[in-house]
Amino acid sequence: MNRKRLALALSLLLLAAVPLAGSAYYTELVTKVMILAVFAMSLDLLVGYTGLVSLGHAASYGIGAYTLALVAPRYDPANLWLTLGEAVLAAGLASLVVGIFVVRVKGVYFLMVTLAFAQMFHFVFHDTDFGRGSDGVSISFKPDASIRGFTPFDLGKPVHAYYFVLVVLVLSYGFLRLLLRSPLGHALRGIKSNEHRMQSLGFPVLRYKLASFTIAGALGGLAGYLSAAQFGFVNPELFGWHQSGNVLLMLILGGLGSLTGGVVGAFAFVALQELFQALTIHWQLPFGLAIILLVVFLPGGLASLPARLRPPRPEGPFHV
Amino acid sequence: MDFYSLLIQLLNAVQYGLLLFLVASGLTLIFGIMGIINLAHGSFYMIGAYLAFSLASLTGSLLWAVLLGTVLSVALGLFLEWALFSRFYKRDHLEQVLLTYGLILVFEELRSLLLGNDVHGVAVPAALSASIPLTDTLSYPVYRLFMSGVCLVLAAGLYLVIQRTRVGMMIRAGASNREMVQSLGLNINLVYRLVFALGVALASLAGMIAAPASSVYPGMGTQVLIICFVVVVIGGIGSVWGAMLAALLIGLVDTFGKVFLPSVSGLLVYLLMAVILLWRPEGLVKRT
Repeated sequence: MNRKRLALALSLLLLAAVPLAGSAYYTELVTKVMILAVFAMSLDLLVGYTGLVSLGHAASYGIGAYTLALVAPRYDPANLWLTLGEAVLAAGLASLVVGIFVVRVKGVYFLMVTLAFAQMFHFVFHDTDFGRGSDGVSISFKPDASIRGFTPFDLGKPVHAYYFVLVVLVLSYGFLRLLLRSPLGHALRGIKSNEHRMQSLGFPVLRYKLASFTIAGALGGLAGYLSAAQFGFVNPELFGWHQSGNVLLMLILGGLGSLTGGVVGAFAFVALQELFQALTIHWQLPFGLAIILLVVFLPGGLASLPARLRPPRPEGPFHV
Repeated sequence: MDFYSLLIQLLNAVQYGLLLFLVASGLTLIFGIMGIINLAHGSFYMIGAYLAFSLASLTGSLLWAVLLGTVLSVALGLFLEWALFSRFYKRDHLEQVLLTYGLILVFEELRSLLLGNDVHGVAVPAALSASIPLTDTLSYPVYRLFMSGVCLVLAAGLYLVIQRTRVGMMIRAGASNREMVQSLGLNINLVYRLVFALGVALASLAGMIAAPASSVYPGMGTQVLIICFVVVVIGGIGSVWGAMLAALLIGLVDTFGKVFLPSVSGLLVYLLMAVILLWRPEGLVKRT
């Protein structure tokens, strides 16, 4: 356990040191990775801890991002704290409503239904006036962080934005850790390992699933908000199923049910993407092949790699 | 709306529903029998359409393109089952999702490498290019009737094969108990390989015959996959009969939605799904 904490502290230090290296490119790249890490962690609550495999998590991301784009005044910077709260609330509410429908279905059904609902949101923002059409919306001003005239930081500066996202990542991690230690977290894990038993024990399983879906959605919205604030642009592709597929991919790459897995996966995903994009414009071909090879030969993701490389430890005379 | 316009929309709805059925039936068969969740199923539809486009321009005839394309699709299905899917029957659904997601990326990128990202059209064969006049101004294209006819014949064939033949008996037995079939000395692996190839061929055929009626474009696979998921959710997973019912229902809702409520027509299919989920979370036809 102590070694794990040490590794965590070291990685945090490493992350905090990235902007000190002075490369604007890597500072912004790692900012993007950390935003994706928040997104992947939020999905981990659903997939890794509750056992609900969603292929529509992009819906919450998109709603979080679009909230900033739609509520921000056109010629003034938006208030960061206010719009951030609104984005989380909007994504949470949307997830609550969608959740009422989807938590009723099980297994692979869940994956199909969440995908379909995400596609519905894609349609709403792509084809109706509500989302201002298929070209998307640009956000001209970075959200303003001032509180009563005092400005703690300026998101317009890449380094400030970097540390802001890092703090959000750490807070999200801490929040999920606390949540998982609470009775709710234990119930969710119980549902993952044996839903029927939890039901017989008298737990309102559907309500717990709905809570998990809503919280995961709200956090996903937070990630979406960060991406809109960082890149200053939203479009309907945020709801696209590639977005949902990629975040699930990150999670599986990094390993399910460990929270840090989402962070590792986000880094691995972006690293692979950058690597293949540098090689060819048809980068999805080697990327897809890499995924296929990985899943054929390394079930359990990158997280299972250390355990596989370690020689098997003999455990008494009857080790298997 | 007068009688003939209504008739035209009804025919369109049925034709769209039947086409969806062809794709969704493969999806539901592969899941129901082998327990494989195949996200790449929409890609087979896309592959079919692009095969029709490239083979038709190569051979100059859609018929040859369809025949050749079907052979190629079956071969692709056999190959994929042998090389990849046969390793995943006992593995977690999540890993199947990952595998098939990787496949989608590969197929899409290969398509872009070999044929580019342009939108293409495929000419309707001359023998089927006529239209049946209904009134002075309205007519209905023969090719669309032909599409519905092909789909109906294939659906009937599917029914006969599954319900009335020895292979069908093995397929049904394999769906309910794989180990038992195997210990009775039947080659279940061969059955699985055939079912997978059948599913690929059905999706690809749907793409091939749809190509002349609609355009051939890059995102077509994804779009059809998501609607097929809705079909499977509404119809009940693993049920071919449910898939038929749901596909026709979606055809009707989508087509008439575009006529009567054009601004929200894209939403209706999903709302239909939501209603069904509340009413019958396991779909219209529950598998026994």
